[in-house]
Amino acid sequence: MNLVLIFPEVFLSLSIMFLLILGVFKKKSSSLIQSISLVILLVTAVITYNETLGIQKILLFNDSVIIDYLSSLMKIVTLLGAFLVLIISSNYLKTFKIHKIEYPILILSSVLGMMIMISSYDLIVFYMGLELQSLALYVLATFNRDQLKSSEAGLKYFVLSALSSGLLLYGCSLIYGFTGTTNFNLIAAQLDSNEYALTFGIVFILVGLAFKISAVPFHMWAPDVYEGSPTTVTLFFTIVPKVAALTVFIRFLYVPFLNLIDQWQTILIFLSVASMLFGAIAAIGQKNLKRLIAYSSIGHVGYALAGLATGSNDGIQNSVIYIIIYILMNLGLFSCLLMMRRNNEYFESIDDLSGLSKNHPLLSISLLVILFSLAGIPPLAGFFAKFYIFKSVLEQSMYFLAIVGLLSTVIAAFYYLRIIKIIYFDKEKESFDKNHNTWLKFSLALSTISILFYFIFPSEIIEIVSKINFI
Amino acid sequence: MSEIGLGHYLTLGAVIFTIGIVGIFLNRKNIIVILMSIELILLAVNINLVSFSIFLGDLSGQIFTLFILTVAAAEAAIGLAIIVVYYRNSGTIRVEEIDELKG
Repeated sequence: MNLVLIFPEVFLSLSIMFLLILGVFKKKSSSLIQSISLVILLVTAVITYNETLGIQKILLFNDSVIIDYLSSLMKIVTLLGAFLVLIISSNYLKTFKIHKIEYPILILSSVLGMMIMISSYDLIVFYMGLELQSLALYVLATFNRDQLKSSEAGLKYFVLSALSSGLLLYGCSLIYGFTGTTNFNLIAAQLDSNEYALTFGIVFILVGLAFKISAVPFHMWAPDVYEGSPTTVTLFFTIVPKVAALTVFIRFLYVPFLNLIDQWQTILIFLSVASMLFGAIAAIGQKNLKRLIAYSSIGHVGYALAGLATGSNDGIQNSVIYIIIYILMNLGLFSCLLMMRRNNEYFESIDDLSGLSKNHPLLSISLLVILFSLAGIPPLAGFFAKFYIFKSVLEQSMYFLAIVGLLSTVIAAFYYLRIIKIIYFDKEKESFDKNHNTWLKFSLALSTISILFYFIFPSEIIEIVSKINFI
Repeated sequence: MSEIGLGHYLTLGAVIFTIGIVGIFLNRKNIIVILMSIELILLAVNINLVSFSIFLGDLSGQIFTLFILTVAAAEAAIGLAIIVVYYRNSGTIRVEEIDELKG
């Protein structure tokens, strides 16, 4: 067995323990620990890239951990996502006086949990990774603990997430009982569509996973938690756990449950259609930007699930592309949100954007690009992401899914365009602060430029995901 | 008198699981009850796993149970901590009064 393959996880967990000790013994070390955490995330990403990206498929620890191209790619995406979140959060945290050593450490632990989840090939390993991730996220949601909103968000997230873990575990226990094993490969060999209890187990597991990825009808925690948590934590919630949850979705559907594709395909189509429609319709009346982003992310998850529902390799690859582009767009959107600051106060209502273009032309252009891309207007990256999904859905002749998807894109365009109208045509307000952190500008520029010029190099990202191979 | 078999254990597990779920959704009074309901759900899963493990003659179910017990303890600790933080800010833990965030 080659231990080098799990070196990224080992390195990350040792670093977390080192940082905890450092935080105890060194006074006022929050900035130092923040910088070290950034380096750790980058180094872990480099190790993952060097050691595991070239590997086709290797099973470790009695077949309970898998290292393959999908897991390596998703780990790198998770690590880079966490890196970008951490690097732009320091100013916000300092404003609210919550710039503490625990913040980067909690982010690192949840990333470790996600990496274990992504690599899991056994129900027990999967559950441990999931819980490590969730426990860190509960605390992160409550991170601004002197604020009622933040603690309420944490409370709601805790109750609903613990409930979903319970449902998922009940599903796991049924699957274990009726197949006699917790290993994904062996489960796949034992699955039999005539056993009702197994179908129950699959339904329970899918419900639990849908909770984690906030797909309708298990989305009710998302708007509240997104609104209440500190903005940088909301950014983390929006982009990073989605990657891990999507990978686990792919892994469960296409390894242990592949034989029961007829059963889960219907469930997935329902989840996808409901998420797309609900995400589009419920966002229309929102006044708070973070809440609006929550509904928009519910809609986007619907599109990613539509790719998985196709049951084809092409669909999986396009879902991965979708989630990567989704991360870039949300990173830009949240950078703008973090720039809406005046005299150490952050603004998050849509009305605060009114007439932004008069005072901040550059910020408004970036917001314009990002919102157009979220609405799926060509030739921006968001259009291509949706286009790929629709292409693979149509190739499987799932016309209903495609029609609902297009319809909800049109509905969703309404609220994105409304924000653009408010930015460009409404009465201007007092201008925001103009001196921003360099990294905030960097992440906004990164997001805007990559969205804007995606159409010049579309083949690169297709090349990256083309090695994902399941069927 | 018939012997107690796998079906009895599974029924017990299912009943406790249902009580847990219903407890979360019907409870309008106290948030501690929700914490207890979550614990009930995890215990129902444990009963399921242990009885399956015995009847299959396979140990991994019992190992899974030990992991779930540990995680449940950690989860209860974090849950109580969050409830304490919430109580400090709002002065109440009545479920129907948790409505700062809505829309």
